[in-house]
Amino acid sequence: MTWILLSIMVVATALSDLLQSYEMKRAGAQSVGARGLGRLLRMIVERRYLLMSIGCLAFSFFAFMALVQSAPLSFAVPASAASFVLETAAAKVLLKERIGARRLAGTLLVLCGVVLLGR
Amino acid sequence: MSRTIRTYLWLALFLALRAVGNLSLAMGTRRFPETLAGDPLVYLRSMLDPFVAAGIVMLIVALLARLALLSVADLSFILPMTAIGYVLAALLGRFVLHEAVSPQRWLAVALIFGGAALVSSTPQSTTGKLKKKAQ
Repeated sequence: MTWILLSIMVVATALSDLLQSYEMKRAGAQSVGARGLGRLLRMIVERRYLLMSIGCLAFSFFAFMALVQSAPLSFAVPASAASFVLETAAAKVLLKERIGARRLAGTLLVLCGVVLLGR
Repeated sequence: MSRTIRTYLWLALFLALRAVGNLSLAMGTRRFPETLAGDPLVYLRSMLDPFVAAGIVMLIVALLARLALLSVADLSFILPMTAIGYVLAALLGRFVLHEAVSPQRWLAVALIFGGAALVSSTPQSTTGKLKKKAQ
């Protein structure tokens, strides 16, 4: 059950970040400030991908709640970093980002850590 | 107040809120009698638990603190710093919830912390398609 919940959480987080990243890059760089925040909120309502991304985020949060109910906190939070691995792979394949040596090394470290957590 | 002090204050607030928020969520859901996965109604009922409710409020305020942090510091500074959260969660689990944390799990947490910090410190835009609008 733990691993199912963790997988749901990680996939939902990654999906949320991918949708957000894709849609926000299409929207162009945004300024952060009082007015920028209002514009951001309006954008969230207007853009379907952003709404979907928030839905995924909520889903991931509920999976986290169930995970933390049954699994140790010292496992649940670090294990959630597995989303880095999925996101890096998806960023390369779907968003066509270039993955540098450091990011690859970091992702592999996270992967080793998560595998170690599970043993 | 100087910008540096303000940055570290927001950072400390963000890290503390997220760590304690997660802790509160863990404590609340564990004393909640029903199992959460699956039924939306069970989730709604669990939110009536003061610890679960406090956890959710703290996590929401943590998100706002992160937004404030973004307004005073670069994302490339913030992201590696937020990797500290993995270590905090392990510490709180060990010392507040009295979870058994094996040496192997500490090593795993250290690897994840290092890896997350490394991933987050890489250049933010490699696609070269970012168009900057008027700030």
